[in-house]
This record gives sequence, structure tokens and C-alpha cells, in this order.
Amino acid sequence: MKKLITLGLTAAMIASLTACGGNGGDSGSTTAAAGGETTTAAAGSAETTAAADNQGTAEGAFKIGVIGPLTGGAAAYGNAVKNGADLAVKEINAAGGAAGYMLEVNPQDDEHDAQKSVNAYNTLKDWGAQMIVGSTTSGPCIAVAAETANDNMFQITPSGSAVECVGPENVFRVCFSDPDQGMAAAKYIGENKLATTVAIIYDSSTEYSSGIREAFMKEAGNQGLEIVADEAFTADTATDFSVQLDKAKEANAELVFLPIYYQEASIILKQASDKEFAPIFFGVDGMDGILSVKNFDTSLAEGVMLLTPFSSTEESSQKFTSDYVAAYGEEPNQFAADSYDAVYALKAAIEKSGVTPDMDASAICDALKTAMTEISIDGLTGANMSWNAAGEPDKEPKAAKIVNGAYEMQ
Amino acid sequence: MSFLSYLINGISLGSIYAIIALGYTMVYGIARMLNFAHGDIIMVGGFAIFTAVSTMGLPPLIGILIGVVVCTVLGVVIETIAYRPLRGASSLAVLITAIGVSYLLQNIALLVFGSNARQFTSVVNVPSLKLAGGQLSVSGVTLVTIATCIIIMVALTTFIKKTKIGQAMLAVSEDKGAATLMGINVNRTIAITFAIGSALAAVAGALLCSTYPSLTPYTGSMPGIKAFVAAVFGGIGSIPGALIGGVILGVIENLSKAYISSQLSDAIVFAVLIVVLLVRPTGILGKKINEKV
Repeated sequence: MKKLITLGLTAAMIASLTACGGNGGDSGSTTAAAGGETTTAAAGSAETTAAADNQGTAEGAFKIGVIGPLTGGAAAYGNAVKNGADLAVKEINAAGGAAGYMLEVNPQDDEHDAQKSVNAYNTLKDWGAQMIVGSTTSGPCIAVAAETANDNMFQITPSGSAVECVGPENVFRVCFSDPDQGMAAAKYIGENKLATTVAIIYDSSTEYSSGIREAFMKEAGNQGLEIVADEAFTADTATDFSVQLDKAKEANAELVFLPIYYQEASIILKQASDKEFAPIFFGVDGMDGILSVKNFDTSLAEGVMLLTPFSSTEESSQKFTSDYVAAYGEEPNQFAADSYDAVYALKAAIEKSGVTPDMDASAICDALKTAMTEISIDGLTGANMSWNAAGEPDKEPKAAKIVNGAYEMQ
Repeated sequence: MSFLSYLINGISLGSIYAIIALGYTMVYGIARMLNFAHGDIIMVGGFAIFTAVSTMGLPPLIGILIGVVVCTVLGVVIETIAYRPLRGASSLAVLITAIGVSYLLQNIALLVFGSNARQFTSVVNVPSLKLAGGQLSVSGVTLVTIATCIIIMVALTTFIKKTKIGQAMLAVSEDKGAATLMGINVNRTIAITFAIGSALAAVAGALLCSTYPSLTPYTGSMPGIKAFVAAVFGGIGSIPGALIGGVILGVIENLSKAYISSQLSDAIVFAVLIVVLLVRPTGILGKKINEKV
């Protein structure tokens, strides 16, 4: 009898373990399935449009792979990128496609992990992807860029901001690079005379944060800013910022520069308010998303400034914002806008180069590479965006301030 | 003055490590196994309290009580399903199982609650203590954590020394075979140990999340590892050792962040651990047990 119980329990344990083990794969396949569903839906609506307008050949479709963290700590970015691309593709297909061809998207999860991102890319290659929108975050993007360079696959990252992300010549990006952001932040603070003494709290375990900090430090001297505290933390110590804040407070920092992601920033804001330390907090695009942290007291973020190329309250983004909210039930952030722009850039490049879905990925890549430097689009994250051969976008940085729980463009 | 402030922050961090380490050391001291899932039980406790207080709007004390009940049941279930069948197996098999349970809990939490961080509303509403004319402030959570730590430590020590079950626990930890011969129900004793350890985890979860208010399915893993280090530091199996180890660890971590380098603080903490173990292999308060052959 006892043996039987043990056996039963062991079986239950194994069942739960396999159920759990399956989850990793499952979430991938569900996502793929979900992607498939949206695609069919989009294609369906597109077909009716095409039939009605009697336009578009719709023979074959371009297959676009999307990679980003759909689960894990950076999931807010990956899901925004997935939704932004999805929305853009639906719109494009409904309007007759890119040069008459439909677009198909397939989002894959990389959990903000370089190795998993390469796996996601391989999955997409098996699916027959002809171009990649991704990876969403810098570290994984660098790893995938090396692979796409090998395969000569066209890649555009909405938000991979590390310098090396666009190292290979087949890779372009929509967002600013880390050094550009760091420099722009220092310039903005200097030119608007926000502060003269600045403390930095950065994450030394991410390329994103260290890259921005380095450029910021370089430019700070030129702007007459004095760095009074330069404090680090790592992914493993990202819950306790009391010492870093104490040091900044003691050094009389008027402004604390936070080139970090919003999750840590939300804890820093909470701990600073507990310490009654109220400098100006200045973030970069990683700060975007802070207002959507669950159960976060948004009054803590009052007065926080950040460099972001996109604001959902701006007039030019009204239609996008309302469509996005209707489709996905949340306010779009900058990553969604970046990804939306990335798909429209792809569309423009496809139309410029005249590629067709029956060409192989490498031939498409060669044609798109040239076309990217010749197009110019009015996107959500900048008017008149154009790209140089190095893959960097040309657009103006903008700053926003959080007032009454919403961004106010400066 | 700034030194005192860093020191207080260090003690605050250390007292959190200590309260987690108490659970580790309790289970190790009696069942002789490293329950690596301890950190994740803390996370489950955090989510239970979060759901009760922030989602259902119950008062904090009831929330903590619910957390304690959930964790106690969870601890006993894990022990019965995963660890009990391995009672006679090698300690390595048990260790691997514990790591498996840890990932199991993390992934279930990921499925149920998703990956986005939640801001935990503090369940401790004690005003902060101002010293030296308001220049130094000790947060209310820190005061409560330290007090809780000391109360738990004293209560546990008394419980083990004075009660019948406590004596049974000691006997089981010394020799399971002999304890059985003396009429002690070993399985029941170990189950009680897990129940107490997991209830402590729920309390630790409440305090951890109130101090560092971000709650994710991975919230328990790093503090769990640090607390394990603290337990080894203080002498694993020793209840006062866990408290001392935790506080020293927190103070070293924060002082090295403040005066040496905020990038190197973890490296320094673990370097100190290595030195301590070289000099005193059983930790600060660890007992040297002579094996009779």
C-alpha cells in the first residue's frame, strides 16, 4: 500500500515536472500559434480589401520574424515590440500590403537571453523568415546580428541600442545608439541648465547601461557638469540602492542620472522617497514603462525626466495610440512605436528595392541594404527618419517630463 | 555620520538575510539537507501576501497569516512529495531535487503571475526612528525585521531545548536510526521542521518585500543564495549563527559598496566567505563534530 502511494506521488511529481518542462516550449509554440492566428486574421482582412479594391497581387507573402523577451524581467519591451509590429503589419496588409505583397509576422520569445535569442532566430529560419525585426534588447541583438551577418539575412532592430548591435552591415536600427543617448542626455541637462552636480547610478551588468554612462561621462565635462557620485549595481544586487542613494545625497547631487531600466528605477524612486531625497531624476529610454509597473505609486515618478523619442499623448501619435489601446488593452510605450516604425521602414525599403517574396533571404538582404539608405519615413519616433550605411538612424532626441502620471513633452 | 548611516543600512540588509538564513539553518540543522527551494518559498509567501493585501484588500496582519498558512502547507507538501521518498538516498540526490523544486516553483509562479514586476505595498506600518536630530533615520521595516529576527531566534532555541518535539528534532538530527529506535517518528519530526521553516519563510517574505518592494517570480532566488551564504558564514545548523552571519554579511556588503567599490561588493562578500571558511571551516558558531568510527 505504501509503495503504491509513493508510486502515485512520484508519478504526480513527474507529471507536474514534465508539465513544467513543457512550459518553456509551450509558451514558444503558443506564441507562434498566436502569431499565426493574428497573421491569418490580418491576411483575411487584407484579402477582402484586396478583393474589394481589386489591387495587389498577393501571390506569396514576405515572412518577417520578430524576436524579443515575451516573458521574464524585460517582457514589457518584448510584448510591446511584438504588438507594435503586429499592428503595423495589420495596417499595411489592410491597405494592400508592401508593393502589393502581404506581410506575415512570427514573434518568438528570447527571455532577454543571448543564447535563447539565437535559438529563436534559428526557429524563425526554419519557418522561412526572410527578414528579422529584432532582437528587442541589446545583448541578445548583438548575438543575433552575428548570426544574421553569417546568413546575410536583413535585420532591423527596433530597440537594440548598443553600438555593436548594428556592427554588421546587414543590420539597421530605429532607436538611438547608447553613446548617442548618453551624449544627448548630457547635452540636454547642460543646455537647459537643469543641474551642475550630477550623480549616476547604473547597472554595470548590462551593456546598455554601461554604454550610456560612458558617453554621458565623456560629454558631461564639455557641458560643465560635475559628476559627484558614480555608483554601480548589478543584476544580482538590484534591490537595495540605499548606499548608492546615500552617497548621491551626501555629495549634494542636484540631479541623479539613471541610465537603467524602469524596473530598478521604480525601486530607486521608492527608496529615495523613503530617504526624503528629492533630486531631479533623469532617465533615458529604458525608463519608459515605469508608469505601467503594477501597483506602482505613480506619484513617486512625478517630475522624473526622460529622453524618449515617443509620447503617446503627442498629436502625431494619437491614431496609433487609440488603435493600440483598442487592440492590446494598454498604452503603447516607446518600444511599440519603435517596432511599428521598423515595420514601416521595411515596407518603404521593400517598395524602393522592388524585392519579391519568391527571392531568397540573401538576395532580399542585398537589395534592402541599399534601399534602407535611400528611404525617408515620417515615423512615430521621429519625422523624416533616414538611415546611413552604418545602420544608424538620423532623428532628433526629445525629452519628456512626468506630470500627473503622464508624459509631457518638453 | 555617513559611516553610521551605511552601517544601519547594512544591518537592515543583514537582518533580512538573517531571517531567511534562520529557515535554512533550521532545516539543515535537523533534516541535514540543504533546502535550496527555501528562497522560492519566500517568493510564494510574497505573492500570497500580495494577493491577499493588494488584490483582495485584506488587512496586512491577516495577509501575513494567510501567507504563513500557504507556505506551511506548501513546505509540508514539498517535503512529503519530493524529499521524503529520498530519505535514504545520497545527499547529492536530495540536493538536486531541491534545486528542481526551486525551478518548479519559479516556473509555476511565472505561469500564474506572469513576469512583470509588481510593486509590493509594505505590510509594516511602523514610523521610522530618527536619531541625532534627524540626520540618521532607521526605517520602521528595519526595526521590525531586527526585532522579529531576535524573537524568532529566542523562540526557536527555547522550542528546541524545552519541548518534547524540539528534543525529538535534536535526536533526529544526531542519529535518525537511533531516534527511530527510541520511538521517535522521524518522518513526522522532519515534516514539522519543514512546516516551521516554511512558516518562517512567509514571515521573511513579508519583510523582504516590504523592504525591497519589487515582487517577481525570481524575487527569492538571489536573497536565498545570499542567506545560504550567511548561514554557512555563521555556522550552518546553528540558530544564533544564522543571525550573526546574516548581519555580518549585510554590513560587509554595504560597507564595501560604500568605501571600496559598488561594483565589487559581491566579489568582496564572497572573498570574505572563503577566508572565513579557510580559517574556521565550520563557520563562526559552527560546532566541530567528531565522527566516531
